[in-house]
Amino acid sequence: MGIRFVLMVNKQGQTRLAQYYEYLTLEERRALEGEIVRKCLARTEQQCSFVEHRNYKIIYRRYASLFFLVGVDNDENELAILEFIHLLVETMDKHFGNVCELDIMFHLEKAHFILEEMVMNGCIIETSKNNILTPIQLMEKAS
Amino acid sequence: MASSMRGLSVFISDIRNCQNKELERLRVDKELGHIRTRFKHEKGLTPYEKKKYVWKMLYIYMLGYDVDFGHMEAVSLISAPKYPEKQVGYIVTSCLLNENHDFLRMVVNTVRNDIVGRNETFQCLALTMVGNIGGREFAESLAPDVQKLLISSSCRPLVRKKAALCLLRLFRKNPDVVNVDGWSDRMAQLLDERDLGVLTSSMSLLVALVSNNGDAYWNCVSKCVKILERLARNIDIPQEYTYYGIPSPWLQVKTMRALQYFPTIEDPNTRRSLFEVLQRILMGTDVVKNVNKNNASHAVLFEALALVMHLDAEKEMMSQCVALLGKFISVREPNIRYLGLENMTRMLMVTDVQDIIKRHQAQIITSLKDPDISIRRRSLDLLYGMCDITNAKDIVEELLQYLSTAEFAMREELALKAAILAEKFAPDLSWYVDVILQLIDKAGDFVSDDIWYRVVQFVTNNEDLQPYAAAKARVYLDKPALHETMVKVGAYLLGEYGHLLVRRPGCSPKELFAVINEKLPTVSPPTVAILLSSYAKMLLHTQPAEPELQEQIWAIFKKYESYVDCEIQQRAVEYFALSQKGAALMDVLAEMPKFPERQSALLRKAEDIEADTAEQSAIKLRSQQQTSNALVVTDQIPVNGSPPVGQLKLVKIPSQNMETSSFEQRRTETYGAVNKVDPESSPSVDLLGDLLEPLAIEGPPSVLTATEKGQGLEANPNSPGALVLASFSDQPNTVQPTINIAERFSALCLKDSGVLYEDPNIQIGIKAEWKTFHGRLVLFLGNKNVSPLISVQALILPPRHLKMELSLVPDTIPPRAQVQCPLDVVNIQASRDVPVLDFGYKFGTSMVNVKLRLPTTLNKFLQPMTVTAEEFFPYWKSIPGPPLKLQEVVRGVKPLSLPEMANLFGSLHLGISQGLDLNPNNLVASTTFYSDNSRALLCLVRVETDPSDRTQLRLTVASGDPILTLELKELLKEHMISIPSITPTAPQGPMPTPLQLDPPGALSIADDPGALLAALL
Repeated sequence: MGIRFVLMVNKQGQTRLAQYYEYLTLEERRALEGEIVRKCLARTEQQCSFVEHRNYKIIYRRYASLFFLVGVDNDENELAILEFIHLLVETMDKHFGNVCELDIMFHLEKAHFILEEMVMNGCIIETSKNNILTPIQLMEKAS
Repeated sequence: MASSMRGLSVFISDIRNCQNKELERLRVDKELGHIRTRFKHEKGLTPYEKKKYVWKMLYIYMLGYDVDFGHMEAVSLISAPKYPEKQVGYIVTSCLLNENHDFLRMVVNTVRNDIVGRNETFQCLALTMVGNIGGREFAESLAPDVQKLLISSSCRPLVRKKAALCLLRLFRKNPDVVNVDGWSDRMAQLLDERDLGVLTSSMSLLVALVSNNGDAYWNCVSKCVKILERLARNIDIPQEYTYYGIPSPWLQVKTMRALQYFPTIEDPNTRRSLFEVLQRILMGTDVVKNVNKNNASHAVLFEALALVMHLDAEKEMMSQCVALLGKFISVREPNIRYLGLENMTRMLMVTDVQDIIKRHQAQIITSLKDPDISIRRRSLDLLYGMCDITNAKDIVEELLQYLSTAEFAMREELALKAAILAEKFAPDLSWYVDVILQLIDKAGDFVSDDIWYRVVQFVTNNEDLQPYAAAKARVYLDKPALHETMVKVGAYLLGEYGHLLVRRPGCSPKELFAVINEKLPTVSPPTVAILLSSYAKMLLHTQPAEPELQEQIWAIFKKYESYVDCEIQQRAVEYFALSQKGAALMDVLAEMPKFPERQSALLRKAEDIEADTAEQSAIKLRSQQQTSNALVVTDQIPVNGSPPVGQLKLVKIPSQNMETSSFEQRRTETYGAVNKVDPESSPSVDLLGDLLEPLAIEGPPSVLTATEKGQGLEANPNSPGALVLASFSDQPNTVQPTINIAERFSALCLKDSGVLYEDPNIQIGIKAEWKTFHGRLVLFLGNKNVSPLISVQALILPPRHLKMELSLVPDTIPPRAQVQCPLDVVNIQASRDVPVLDFGYKFGTSMVNVKLRLPTTLNKFLQPMTVTAEEFFPYWKSIPGPPLKLQEVVRGVKPLSLPEMANLFGSLHLGISQGLDLNPNNLVASTTFYSDNSRALLCLVRVETDPSDRTQLRLTVASGDPILTLELKELLKEHMISIPSITPTAPQGPMPTPLQLDPPGALSIADDPGALLAALL
């Protein structure tokens, strides 16, 4: 059923954002994140962006010090997800202006708002940057 | 707003400044204490403060700490009147809670009010939360409202797109509650929508509806084709929905995916239009310089390929697809190469193109040597799938060659696949024997006993093969540093057939005996037993007797007469006595008779599935072509070991096990041999500067990036600093486990002893005994090194429902020594949580620390029982419904046959009551749960399977305790959805008693490679 989780992890392996679309216990999350980080972060740039792990396929992309990792089931178009990651980064870029790891760290709630406008229950819901950012901008105006 | 939450920022900074995990924990504990106190005296909390604390909790949760105490606060914010608080409430609730959480019930009404209310933003928040975690209660009370919103003309797109996905979840989770009768017309109407956001989510909804009831939504096919045409021709697509010039690649992909859920397209006009679009995509996708554009257009192209394959297009178009894939698997860009291999494997099911695929064999073999394990795995799967009698020799030899260099993670799979292919497609039997012996030689640790049993079976059944096999075994036995499995098979073959070689040089009985006996001092008891039988056979075949040889062998028998292992002792005594008797020996030790031919477990499995599905033509055709002269037993299995259902409808099988699981039959003695430092190393130390760099916006893992680095995107033009792609070379090597910890854990959930953890220095084994609510675990800590392990620490972090006591763990483990640490467990309540063993030691200068989950799972406190119909039904009926009886339709289940399912239940301590349920597709099981807190509780389980779709089933669990019911249901679900390999735990090769030398192959059916293959797949 599509996207199972979205993780943002820095190159030291620290999780900066974790959004799951299926319920895992804390312990399971920790174990899973550890395994994934170990597998993906050690890969080189000459290797492909897909890693098979347990029942997931991890599609990942690195931007400076931050890795974006999306876990999907075996039933997703890998390249479409790869570009969806890029769309997410571009959208955050548009909002924060040259987004960096610190932006995501210190504005975790905004990162969550943006992601929530883009993915719901593991399905892509919106791909227009304007539509994604409108509610967030409205809210900022209001407060 | 966020910048004003100063307390949050300060806290995040503090956490960032923590030097290590311990300091972080202290800081988090302090904060949690603070939040807890503030929440307790809630009167003084402003909404702003509440909001701030709830965000802090989410942050702490993300770091991996428990924040259960604060769930209530997050949920209560949902009822806040103002948007900022309400929003936080909704978002954090959907991050922290799961759909079965009791607190959610309290807000059903608030959520409903928000959904039916006039405030658009509230509607969106509520729909999103329900769409993410809405369970049964929400479905029951909200589904009609959500449906109304979705088709309402007065609703704006921003609400409707959320309503679509909200409905999708409610329907998927509870198809029995959400009424979608008559929705095919509404769905078709929805697809007329112009707004691409609404279309994107409606398309996901369509997929869910169609996969549930394909026949009802025929009227949507032409609409999907129209949408695809609109996108492909870029008609009326707003700029904001084009991505690097491509009209929403995601909607294009989703639409083509939806079309793959319809078996075929009958209407000739629609079909023609669709093929025009597909042709345009196939022909018109060029490689471009911009990475993002290139990826997006190829995403569309790959989906088009999948759709063409699905529609079984004309041969010409198919060849075009294979040609494209052939191009892809040889490009430099790794992503495209990976996808090329993956899609080519899918293409194997199209019979017409197999010959064209074979032309690419050389290229595919090259990929087997790719530096990237992801690509190697795809290549292995493809080679395995495309193997048939014409290319088996080449492919198997490549696999063997690769075996010597392959990483450990892949060896087991490789060895098994090579063995299966060799068996199925052997052009002649001597080649088969060669392959298996090579396999044992190169990767003995990864060759299960079943594989060598099989080789013995063939040799026994084929007289022509016997001298050849014996001669081969003789050659191998001369090699130094032989794997023990080779000693076993060699000794067996030479004992049985060594006399056939008598005229050859170096093969006199004395010489054969000498070469085998050389190994005797170093082998383990099971092998000693085989060696003794060999000696007895040699005595028999040496006619006339050679006194010198006789003396030697008798001396050995004598020596083992007092051996500690009683199996070996018995053999020694009996062989000695028998060999004194002369003629009697002849009868007893005569050559083994031929093995009866029998159907392999795999073949039966394959047939089971075929009986279930009518549309198997391609598979059947294929399997009929693949007959093998090698095998009397398994010559009709589809090449591609995966269940045939999965081959025809790949897109509908939710989760094929991608990481092939290991089979658990390896004996403990082989574990010790597997040590290797994992090449993957932990990430490097923090470089603060990285945090401040903007995220480089060009996708890194692409060859194109090299030339593309200068290209920014409109939002981030030519910022050179933005593109920092650091290298990984500066990472230190630390100790890594040599086994897959998660896999071990899953395996141990289903059995009571085995290896829990292993790295180059230490092996931790576990052995457990369970009695009602008590458990006794023994941890075996084995130092594998010749120097001591110091500063050994073991700490148990038990979950709330378990009382645990670990006996003292010594600070030092001496070289090559094993320490046993008993651990007592008392179960208090039902829960799926498991304790964690925090284990550390120091080796040389490096500190190693691991956290291991202990397999103290709920099922260990169950005792299976079988009940009669008189006991079952009254109890079943006496429990009316939730929360004591819970029912759920589980999707994405591993396709298991009923016997396999029963097997799994057995491993989970559930007793199957045969014949209770009159429907042969259902299973009924019962068990007793023990805890310190309550009396023994009876639990009943019923599984209703659908023979036409093994990936879904209905699960009902009932017991006298709501928590137990819920936990047990979730536990079963976990095991059914992602099943750790359950190779039947066959009795350890029952040691033949001398009087009726059991043939090694005549074991239970579970011991043939077919069954192993079944488990592997």
